[in-house]
Amino acid sequence: MMSPYLTMNHLGFPILSAVTFLPLAGAMVILLLRQERTIKIAALAATLLTFLVALVLLANYNPATPLFQFGEALPWIPAYNINYVLGVDGITVMLVLLTALIAPLCVLCSWTAIALRVKEFMVCILLMETAMIGVFCSLDFLLFYVFWEAMLIPMYLLIAVWGGPLKDYASIKFFIYTLFGSVFLLVAIIALYLVNGTFSIPAAMFKNYGFNFQFWVFLAFAIAFAIKVPMFPFHTWLPAAHTEAPTAGSVFLASILLKMGTYGFLRFCLPIVPQASFYFAPYMITLSVIGIIYGGFVCLSQTDMKKLIAYSSVAHMGFVTLGIFSFNLYGFEGAMLQMLNHGITTGALFLMVGIVYERTHSREIYDNAGLSKIAPIYVGFFGLFSVSSFAFPGTNSFVGELYVLIGAFARNRLAGFGAIVGAVLAAAYMLRLLKQIAWGRVERPALKDMNVREIIYLLPLGIFVIWVGFFPRPFVGIMETTLANLYTQLKHLAP
Amino acid sequence: MTLLPEIVIFIFAVIFLFLSLGEKKTNLFAAARLLALIGFVITLLSTGARGELFSGAYRVDFFSQVFKLLIVTGLLLVVFMMERRDDVEDDYLPEYFMLLGFSTLGLMMLVSAVELISIVVSLEISSFSLYAIVPLRKSQSRIQMEAAVKYLFFGAIATGIMLYGMGYLYGMAHSTFLADIMVSLPRFLNQPLGIMAVSLTLVAFFFKLSLFPLHFWAPDIYEGASNVTTAFIATVPKLAATALLIRLAMLSASVPTELAMLLFVLAAFSMTLGNIVGLVQKDLKRLLAYSGIAHAGYLMMGIMPLSRDGGAAAVYYMTIYLFMNLSCFYVIILLAQKGENLSVENLAGLARRSPLLAFTLALAAFSLAGIPPSGGFTGKLFLFVSAFKAGYLGIVLIGAVNAVISMFYYLNLVRMSYSREAAAGQGIIQLAFHEKVLCYVFNILILYLGILPFGVLDILRRAV
Repeated sequence: MMSPYLTMNHLGFPILSAVTFLPLAGAMVILLLRQERTIKIAALAATLLTFLVALVLLANYNPATPLFQFGEALPWIPAYNINYVLGVDGITVMLVLLTALIAPLCVLCSWTAIALRVKEFMVCILLMETAMIGVFCSLDFLLFYVFWEAMLIPMYLLIAVWGGPLKDYASIKFFIYTLFGSVFLLVAIIALYLVNGTFSIPAAMFKNYGFNFQFWVFLAFAIAFAIKVPMFPFHTWLPAAHTEAPTAGSVFLASILLKMGTYGFLRFCLPIVPQASFYFAPYMITLSVIGIIYGGFVCLSQTDMKKLIAYSSVAHMGFVTLGIFSFNLYGFEGAMLQMLNHGITTGALFLMVGIVYERTHSREIYDNAGLSKIAPIYVGFFGLFSVSSFAFPGTNSFVGELYVLIGAFARNRLAGFGAIVGAVLAAAYMLRLLKQIAWGRVERPALKDMNVREIIYLLPLGIFVIWVGFFPRPFVGIMETTLANLYTQLKHLAP
Repeated sequence: MTLLPEIVIFIFAVIFLFLSLGEKKTNLFAAARLLALIGFVITLLSTGARGELFSGAYRVDFFSQVFKLLIVTGLLLVVFMMERRDDVEDDYLPEYFMLLGFSTLGLMMLVSAVELISIVVSLEISSFSLYAIVPLRKSQSRIQMEAAVKYLFFGAIATGIMLYGMGYLYGMAHSTFLADIMVSLPRFLNQPLGIMAVSLTLVAFFFKLSLFPLHFWAPDIYEGASNVTTAFIATVPKLAATALLIRLAMLSASVPTELAMLLFVLAAFSMTLGNIVGLVQKDLKRLLAYSGIAHAGYLMMGIMPLSRDGGAAAVYYMTIYLFMNLSCFYVIILLAQKGENLSVENLAGLARRSPLLAFTLALAAFSLAGIPPSGGFTGKLFLFVSAFKAGYLGIVLIGAVNAVISMFYYLNLVRMSYSREAAAGQGIIQLAFHEKVLCYVFNILILYLGILPFGVLDILRRAV
């Protein structure tokens, strides 16, 4: 059960269990409440408390070691050697923080947007948060899988109950598509268990399995993760789900759920089946570049704001997978940064759409055009996040994309060139959207600008955009050791 | 008293036999619930009983007692699920309970039987009671009669085939005792004769489990029988059949390949057929029948490795199957005010009409589909691991793909109740206190078996 990769928790209280299960506890409390207002406040309190614990986690995190930290280990199903093991490293500590940051914003953005069955909605949000943080903290395959799959249920309900007009179609497609990927993940997990005799994730890493075994395990992993990312041919569930989900659901999907695919590649594919990952890297890079360019072109023709942002996610996540499969440190760091950046920026853009949708009840670009005079604050924020989205220098995405591009060019010039084309396309479609929103033809007499609550929940994201844009060092510093360790280990194993 | 659980259930049946003779029929439900509860407690207390009776034909061991406990739990839940909702003709209620009692008694005897004749006798006690129980439905039309006749004929044929196979077993071993057969069977298992004997003997149990190719009765009988009867038929006899399958599979543990291949093929067909045909079902009970066919296929993953681990996984799966299936049926029973058959469309707006019922159904559906953290996932995981460990990767992959296919129709139940609006004139469903409690019991059991499986699993591993 103990593993040399894991340093135990020294904080005096099980901080990872706390950060994982605080939202669940909040959900339990909410089930007992009756008044809508108290329910909302309780949900906000639970998510803020979780964020606070996540900050404590970050403050105590030791960036100098590549080991998993704050470890907790308990036997769970001894008959099958399944254990309850939690731990975070440089990759996951940032993702946990991102999740904990996004969740309170999701509660805030649903404050007035959700009028129907508020209690169930908040319970779903909190259950989602527990499952998402659980995915990042688990160091036992089975525990990971339980969280990974359990996430589907609240997410499905978020889309199916509170979604848009096509919610039926979108929710079922989302569920079945993701489930299809995950059952192969389960088979691969069982295969690894039968080889290693344990479900422990660190124990399965950096071992020299036979190539044939690696080949099949990689394929099983890759289907699951490629669907979740989503990579190019598997992306069709994403626009439907993003578009039909309520704002909070879209934000969760874009900011956290998509990251789980790339996290899976980084955490499982590379360390566990390195040779197969190396073997498949050219294919993965090709798919990533296709995704980047394809996503860009599709965005150019969208008239639905949510759809546009959804397709832009396909392109942005292409950068992340491109970085991961570049197999160099710049690529890894860029990919990690882009995961965070995409979570912040795209999440913020979905929040922006949610704000305007609440007022006009339309997601069409032309129904929401020409807001610069009427809603200057709104357009200000919109401008910031959309320039961040196409990686304008001085914003967060610029740093991330730069790292990825350096990595990609080091690996393959053609891939790097393709990604550059995608980056230009991103500027084209985002500027087109921004132009319409700011200066398009006005057909609407009056529209209220953002209120204080909305400014409060967008402000932290805005600060992050600029902070990372000008001073990315602290963020890179936290994950550097872990990624460098991954890189050196891979150099030994993959040719 | 090693036979105490059986005796209590026998008394349960006999009391209702006498009640059926009299005129005055009050408080039948209270009596049935009380007696079933006593039966449950007694069975729980006698899990430690050990012994051999009737010159070794009847073995009381931990394995049998655990199964008896599960069977009585099934009876208890079914009796508590039953309501005066025009499901069964009032005049026949005492007979109904009597037959339920005798059927349970037969199943309890079956799990203890370790000799061919006693297996046949116990199986028939249980089966004939079930044949008689199917037509006892307050008349909707005449479908219950048709169902009863079909069930009787198909059941009798399955029994006949089993007897044929048992004849071969006897011919090979010159004994009807499973212990003797176990000694002499391995010599024959590499011959067609041995394989045929074992597989023909298994037919009756495949029939009870509704495993392909003996599945065809299930949809019609589920549709024709009353909701409560179906809940019983769909769960409790399958428990006993699983017990016998594990006992018989252990017999041939030495030379596994041919028999395992047979189970492999049956399991693959059963899962695929059940799930694909399930996709187009409109009637809820027919849908659950096809889901049951598919689950019989999953169950075979545990029998196939012919190992203790596999057996424990199979029993664990049947335990959770009992609860999640009964949970589904309970929602149907509560929803069908006049005991009618429900279609999937009738679920529309259930989340609005009764959030608790909608949640209960959704949890059971997710569990049947095998989504964590429900028990259905944990059970499937153990089955997958044991089949994979024994080298049957193929069936694991088929099972995995089937889990996705089945998700369509299970999700459809959830979708109907959560994202469709109710038809006009369908108001809020008021649940009585004990109905709410039973819903919570089902939900807690499903989650408990999903998240904290270790206690129950350890007990089952000791039992197998």
